[in-house]
Amino acid sequence: MTKAKTIIEKIWDKNVVHQEEGKPGLLYIDLHLVHEVTSPQAFEGLRLKGRKVRQPNRTFATMDHNVPTIHQNIVKDEISKLQMDTLKKNCEEFGVPIAGVGHPHQGIVHVIGPELGLTQPGKTIVCGDSHTSTHGAFGALAFGIGTSEVEHVLATQTVWQSKPKTLNVKINGKLGVGVTAKDLILAIIGQQGVDFGTGYVIEYTGEAVRNLSMEGRMTICNMSIEAGARAGLVSPDETTIEYLRNRPYAPKGEEFEQATKDWLNLATDEGATYDRTVEINAEEIEPQVTWGTNPSMCVPINANIPNPDQADNENDKNEIQHALDYMGLTASVPISSVTIEHVFIGSCTNSRLQDLEQAASVIKGRKVHPDVTAIVVPGSQTVKLEAEKSGLDQLFKDAGFEWREPGCSMCLAMNGDAVPPGERCASTSNRNFEGRQGADSRTHLVSPEMAAAAAIEGRFVDVRTFV
Amino acid sequence: MEPIRQHTGLVYPLNRANVDTDQIIPKQFLKRISRQGFGKFLFYNWRYDENEEPRKDFSLNNPKYQRATILVAGENFGCGSSREHAPWALQDFGFRIIIASSFADIFYNNCTKNGILPVKLTDQEAQQLIKNAEASDYELTVDLEAKKVYDREGFSADFDLAAYQREMLLNGWDDISVTLTHSDKIDQFEKTHVVY
Repeated sequence: MTKAKTIIEKIWDKNVVHQEEGKPGLLYIDLHLVHEVTSPQAFEGLRLKGRKVRQPNRTFATMDHNVPTIHQNIVKDEISKLQMDTLKKNCEEFGVPIAGVGHPHQGIVHVIGPELGLTQPGKTIVCGDSHTSTHGAFGALAFGIGTSEVEHVLATQTVWQSKPKTLNVKINGKLGVGVTAKDLILAIIGQQGVDFGTGYVIEYTGEAVRNLSMEGRMTICNMSIEAGARAGLVSPDETTIEYLRNRPYAPKGEEFEQATKDWLNLATDEGATYDRTVEINAEEIEPQVTWGTNPSMCVPINANIPNPDQADNENDKNEIQHALDYMGLTASVPISSVTIEHVFIGSCTNSRLQDLEQAASVIKGRKVHPDVTAIVVPGSQTVKLEAEKSGLDQLFKDAGFEWREPGCSMCLAMNGDAVPPGERCASTSNRNFEGRQGADSRTHLVSPEMAAAAAIEGRFVDVRTFV
Repeated sequence: MEPIRQHTGLVYPLNRANVDTDQIIPKQFLKRISRQGFGKFLFYNWRYDENEEPRKDFSLNNPKYQRATILVAGENFGCGSSREHAPWALQDFGFRIIIASSFADIFYNNCTKNGILPVKLTDQEAQQLIKNAEASDYELTVDLEAKKVYDREGFSADFDLAAYQREMLLNGWDDISVTLTHSDKIDQFEKTHVVY
């Protein structure tokens, strides 16, 4: 009998080209996604050495970080424009397919890969972006790389990798009504810390994960990096297969049936062992709101903001105090008393059609609070079009939300969409770091439903009792 | 890249944990298309106020640290985004060695691809170095051949890193040229590898 293996080991064994004892393996890359920010220096490196892109057809580019969300094709910032034009020129020169501004497939790189069917189970996927972990939702081994590695993959279609250690995050039980994948991943990071996954690839298992939609699985895999893990994945099942059927780049007809068999065989074998296992009880999880300057600094909606005087040690005390000072918050008051000026619904964590539908379901004819500016940024042109077909855009606009063009937008505020200094934003994105949404901006990470409810009330409210 | 074997230099202590790459180099500087010139933007929001004047209360603005080449920080250094602009900025400022009790994976890798040596010490050792450097002008020697960090007052600590990364750093090798020596294996692999 062959040894029971995890999906992580199966993908590794399938894709390793060369391995010497005690050294990293040379791992073959099945899909290389490229965007405008982390690629210009890599293409320049190729040009200087006279090298080519080894597999342009396994490479796919889009523009997302710099793209304006009002009038996409009018890029006022000259440096942003140069970066976008540079990607277009590089793709033309090296023969790489690109869905740039104006293309019907343009969007956030981690939204378009899955919706086009480029992302598939068993693939090794890299991108010069840490949230590449998103694609793990399909049972792909997907991780972020730096620009030197982008150049390396362009030239060789491989990366040097040490065989990853495996971490099973087993989520038992069912999530409560009104508790989402976003709350789940925030609660896990809150419990386990921002570096518990460092050096590991996480596999999310258990009843709560099986019950998640592909969109929900993408949300938890997306934030694996916020737990320190370069990659997080979910073994493929029928939910995965049904999502991929008829996607533009997925195989068709008989080939799809053959692929389905191969994909389902990749799932972790019964009895396979992991280097480490962490168990989480889904039943206990409540809607979460971050109060601090990293994603582990979160509390359930009905809890108070922590008090540094109750910290376990001096270092934690200083860290809590520093975060409270930056965030302009008072210790020990209810998080639900905190008022906000901005709401951002978007980003590679939460900008898919289902996220927008769930946010919209909270609105029910109500209006955005007069003190709040709220924007919805769909993750891709495809999401935007589908939402507009079903009238979601009108629903948001009638409530007082702005309906924008697709891009990374206010998640990292590179394109000019920023939270002003000292102002506070309820955001469906993934990072609440100092200055992330603009210099001296204050970010609170929440689910799409919690963000929509906060937009209406002007403060954080428990979406479960918001009727 | 420039090889690194043994290095002695002034230590800059940054006593903070979870320093993320958004702090190391904020996003407005990621729009450039060259690798050079990021040093002046290093820790931008900590170094400069809203009028772009240096903040007196941020220690890196002390002129003596202009010649610092070794940075010592708290745990989980370099977490967050994969931006290689972070090591480019540290290097352009003059840092060749980063010491911490733990690093985020992508940042760690990005350092080794650029000739920056990331050194993992224990929490206690890193805190000791931070204290020493906060107390006075403090020089350390990092010896990659011996995998040792030591000073003139008797501090000495061993560190480890993957043999492969050590070899690359010691020789200043470029990854791609090493990989291209395996081109025939990649050709062979591609002949039978199934991708849908």
